[in-house]
Amino acid sequence: MSATTKNRYDVAIIGAGPAGMAAAVEVTKAGLSAIVLDEQPAPGGQIYRGIETSDEKRTKILGPDYAAGRDIARAFRDSRAEYLPGATVWNIDSALGIDVSLGQGSKHIQAGAIVVATGAIERPTPMPGWTLPGVTTAGALQILLKANGVVSDDVVFVGSGPLLSLIAAQMLKAGVKPRAIVETVPQSRYVAALKHLPAALGAASYLLKGMAMMLSLRRAGVPIYRDATGIRIEGNGKAEAVTFTSGGKSHRLETTSVALHQGIVPNQQVTRLLRCEHEWNKSQHCFVPKVDEYFETTMADVYVAGDGAGIGGAVAARLRGRLAGLRIAEKAGRGNAQERRSVTDALMREAKIRPLLETLYAPSPEILAPADETLVCRCEEVTAGDIRKAVDLGAPGPNQVKSFLRSGMGPCQGRMCGLAVSEIIASRRGEPISEIGYYRIRPPLKPLLLSELAALESEEAVPVDLADESAALH
Amino acid sequence: MFKRAEETGAPALSFTFEGKPLKARSGDTIAAALLAADERIFRTTPVTETPRGPFCLMGVCFDCLVEIDGVPNRQACMVQVEEGMQVRRQSGSAEVIS
Ligand code: FES
Repeated sequence: MSATTKNRYDVAIIGAGPAGMAAAVEVTKAGLSAIVLDEQPAPGGQIYRGIETSDEKRTKILGPDYAAGRDIARAFRDSRAEYLPGATVWNIDSALGIDVSLGQGSKHIQAGAIVVATGAIERPTPMPGWTLPGVTTAGALQILLKANGVVSDDVVFVGSGPLLSLIAAQMLKAGVKPRAIVETVPQSRYVAALKHLPAALGAASYLLKGMAMMLSLRRAGVPIYRDATGIRIEGNGKAEAVTFTSGGKSHRLETTSVALHQGIVPNQQVTRLLRCEHEWNKSQHCFVPKVDEYFETTMADVYVAGDGAGIGGAVAARLRGRLAGLRIAEKAGRGNAQERRSVTDALMREAKIRPLLETLYAPSPEILAPADETLVCRCEEVTAGDIRKAVDLGAPGPNQVKSFLRSGMGPCQGRMCGLAVSEIIASRRGEPISEIGYYRIRPPLKPLLLSELAALESEEAVPVDLADESAALH
Repeated sequence: MFKRAEETGAPALSFTFEGKPLKARSGDTIAAALLAADERIFRTTPVTETPRGPFCLMGVCFDCLVEIDGVPNRQACMVQVEEGMQVRRQSGSAEVIS
């Protein structure tokens, strides 16, 4: 690997998680030039965050699935791909020119093909009190553990999904017992999920791991509340307690740390910016970019590998990255059809567990239909009621709601509210969410510092869209 | 309460938060170092001036915005601590292009 000296590459890869790293290895193996643009300071993505610096003890706590990232990162470091850490992509034009912010400066890169490997984000979980300090996503606590070895000793986990119990079990191994797990999975889901069990047995190792985690939590005496509803986080300026109903009783658990999780969804910012077509995935309950069997989007030479193409997990992410890489090589006349087929077969095996997980851990009805007074847009402090009112006043979709209310116009640019806003509009209008669509995403993908903008202006003209929506980030 | 699960040999760095001296480990983001010191409130919102703290720790939510060495709107979860950094809570609005 060498330092960045040039700005034209056969392939630019955005993100250095399992998909991005695998794609980089494949295309460089085929002799193509590649650069990997990563927001983080080191390879791994969120799933293998801190993989190069995690010591034996911490790696043991995080388990073998995490440790598997070591070899992947090593293979990537050994490849001929250039790696640019601390690089935030903030614009991509239709000719595949990429603008990257490097903290103090900006860089322009011209790519022949792009692999978007920006992975997933946690599904927005609007509920009363979710903006209080002390409330985080469950993934945030896992990042703290992976990258920093920082833990909280009185966490109440709230929500559903395999990640929730995984993170709770990891905290337990790290020596801090979670205060409780408050699960939002309705009883009826277990029955509905049953029909997917036979297929899931094809991926029995996942089922066994899940059961082992729950067992370890129960053995340690972590209280698990099931089918919880009416969840609220209370506190004056900080999280102080979680209240909910479970088993016909109301409960109040005091805590300073609440971790929310309702599954993960594709991070759509880059594919939306590029105007790739997206579709509603009913089973995963989120928008996914339309891709062909090689993960190429509706825009030629733009691929989306990893969870960004629909949630498939870390193993699938790596396989998808390889497949996209092999396809790019093939298009450049350096194909390996046999290897491509074996990757496709492995991907099919990996997919077996998904229908069961998706049915059992579909998002809880409460976060899909938050109460009127619940904040949905955290940045601009817009409530579900405000959005419903805007719809009643005639706003037909997310972009009109955005101009009425400024929701999605704050610094997070809709990442934290987009899905919830589309959902609320769809149900208020009684239309399918596939028709309602999603925010239009414009550059810059992340707010730029004035210094970066100044550096840019002196170099070249400010992109049109930037001038056009130059709303100040307050 | 947040705390360090383990002692590693990572060298310590000094920085300040609201003028208060704090320690970080090399490689820590500002958000991680502040949370390890059990600091939860990073900013107040521009609209209603309500306190907020980091939510996602992966650069998505922007609830961790702080002022670093006089520059506002920095994501505490994306910036690594450097020796002598002066970090302040961001209160309300600060001008920047979004
Ligand atoms: S905590 Fe979400 S952006 Fe920093």
